[in-house]
Amino acid sequence: MALPKYTEPHYRIWHYVYIFICTCVFFFLIAPLFVIFPLSFNAEEFLSFSEGMKNLDPDAFSLRWYKDMIYGTKNPWGLAAKNSFIIAIFATLGSVLLGTVAALGLSSRHMPYKGLIMATLISPMIVPLIISGVAIFFFMAKAGLAATHTGIVLAHIILGTPFVVITVTATLSGFDHSVTRAASSLGSDPVNTFMKITLPLILPGVISGGLFAFVTSFDEVVVVLFLAGLENTTIPIQMWTGLREQLSPTILAVATCLIILSTLILVTAELLRRRSERLRGINR
Amino acid sequence: MSSETGKILTTDGIPLEVSLKKAERKNKIKAFLLVAPLLLFLLITYIFPIGDMLMRSVDDKMVTEMLPKTFKSMEKWDGNEMPPEEVFEAFYLDFQKLVEEKRDGKLSTQLNYTKNGFKSILKKLRRKAKNFEEGNYKEQIMAVHKRWADVEYWRAIKRRAPAFTSAKYLKGMDMYKNEEGEIVSVEEDRRIHRVLWLRTLEIAFFVTLLCFLMAYPIAHLLATLPMKYSNLLMICVLLPFWTSLLVRTASWMILLQQQGVVNDFFVMIGLVADDNRPEMMYNKTGTYVAMTQILLPFMVLPLYSVMKTISPSLMRAGKSLGGTPFVTFWKVYFPLTIPGIGAGCLLVFILAIGYYITPALVGGASGTLISNQIAFHMKSTLDWSFASAMGLMLLAGVLAIYWVYNKLVGIDNIKLG
Repeated sequence: MALPKYTEPHYRIWHYVYIFICTCVFFFLIAPLFVIFPLSFNAEEFLSFSEGMKNLDPDAFSLRWYKDMIYGTKNPWGLAAKNSFIIAIFATLGSVLLGTVAALGLSSRHMPYKGLIMATLISPMIVPLIISGVAIFFFMAKAGLAATHTGIVLAHIILGTPFVVITVTATLSGFDHSVTRAASSLGSDPVNTFMKITLPLILPGVISGGLFAFVTSFDEVVVVLFLAGLENTTIPIQMWTGLREQLSPTILAVATCLIILSTLILVTAELLRRRSERLRGINR
Repeated sequence: MSSETGKILTTDGIPLEVSLKKAERKNKIKAFLLVAPLLLFLLITYIFPIGDMLMRSVDDKMVTEMLPKTFKSMEKWDGNEMPPEEVFEAFYLDFQKLVEEKRDGKLSTQLNYTKNGFKSILKKLRRKAKNFEEGNYKEQIMAVHKRWADVEYWRAIKRRAPAFTSAKYLKGMDMYKNEEGEIVSVEEDRRIHRVLWLRTLEIAFFVTLLCFLMAYPIAHLLATLPMKYSNLLMICVLLPFWTSLLVRTASWMILLQQQGVVNDFFVMIGLVADDNRPEMMYNKTGTYVAMTQILLPFMVLPLYSVMKTISPSLMRAGKSLGGTPFVTFWKVYFPLTIPGIGAGCLLVFILAIGYYITPALVGGASGTLISNQIAFHMKSTLDWSFASAMGLMLLAGVLAIYWVYNKLVGIDNIKLG
């Protein structure tokens, strides 16, 4: 962003002000995440930087809270992590399956009432979570699925499918349908065509939709709060209770792990997006 | 071409038009069958339960079912004078049945909602009714307590006859139906829900505004920087976007608490005294700061995707035609970004208006929103019909915005990541 030499002074000043504002906003966005990092290695029980930490005294840092997270007695994190992963994996599979198939139908130009149906399928993403939570709770209570893993998985499928529908329809919008017609004319049946031709081409969209569904489920707390019993506690529920009751540094250790996980997901999603754009021939 | 071959035929002799229509229908069914599983799943587990919420919110069958004979006999009564004997008789029969089934307590609670004073006179009636003689129930009931001779109380019972009520919705707006059936507001100092609705709108509006003001410059920077720098900076936007909401809220709790990092910093630079650290959490400030940071990526991404499509040569053209950078920006660049602004603002507003987790954790009493009230009634007071009514009022607002969003942007154009 070098300025040309002939720039007038007041524009020059304005340019630096603009860069300064942008720096501040980026700082505001990203800095809060990095506060958690050092504090999770705090040797003391406080949630602020101790004198020792400010002086970079090695004794002020420890892995105490990570040990507590993993080995701590009556610590719920083990069970919560197990539940979270099980629920998120099944919810992702369900969302991807239902969402991809629906997206295939929606992308067909023969689809009747496309707008209305699309709006219905996307609605769980738009409707405030608290309302979704109440509605889903009423259903699960009637169906006898409250406080079961199945109930929570179904709830997360509801919340996750819109993301899959959106990403897969977006991928399919640049899809050249003549390749499937070519496959059919060469004698391939529809299922075979889908598995051999369509799926590999839309896979980046499917996976990135799946990542969204996974993160949605893994991070979801509002609906789970209505549905979960003691047995079905998840990481977000434990975080929520921890944050409401006592803010212990163990939460920060968990939070650090979650940030690392989200970084991994971000990198995967970005790589997929680029690959998908390359495949669709969009150069931006 | 002769007239009989006016219709083009396919090889098997069927007119082409018919054949094409058939194929078209087949394709339609095929497409629909693909969508059907998800649509059906959502209808059963999601859309119908929202309808169920609607039913719950207006449902008032309880009293209707408890006093069937009374309400039937009341149909002819105009409500001006004391009801005739048959109403009293029907009420006596209904009431005795309830006493036998031990459901009279529920009736007295319900009627007491409608008009204060029913509890004691129903109790008294229960005691005396055991010794009632057959016939002339009107006099016997009126003799139990002077309120039973007051036509107001009978009108109050009649008001509970309909199986549906708008009472929960009125309560959500701090209004109620008075004895004349007019809709009036509750006293000024008890209007808690209106305060909450207004606060929700206010916070959603200002969070949207703050997000817009902060997102516009950085989206512009991201869109104009060379790819290799902008990709790096994009991580600053995407990492919070992918990070758990609770983690981000936790980090704000650490930053904003009284012994927290921000306050430490203020003390260090001498902005505030150590013993006079400002309260930045558990109030509106906390809600504003945390919600703005959390929703900021949702504003940046749509703005960025629109700005990316604006050719830099437009700005150069504007400048070469004699516009100063500011004029060129305002007349050329800004109008082109309006679709992005619309999309981003609507998205952030929709998300902000239904926010629950962050206000509940950092909002304290003065920073909570309507969602928190709904959760409170679902979990603490167990007034599910009221929670449903409030939820649906919120939903109506959100759907209106969603509709506008769909008209302006199109839901197919929502971009993720």
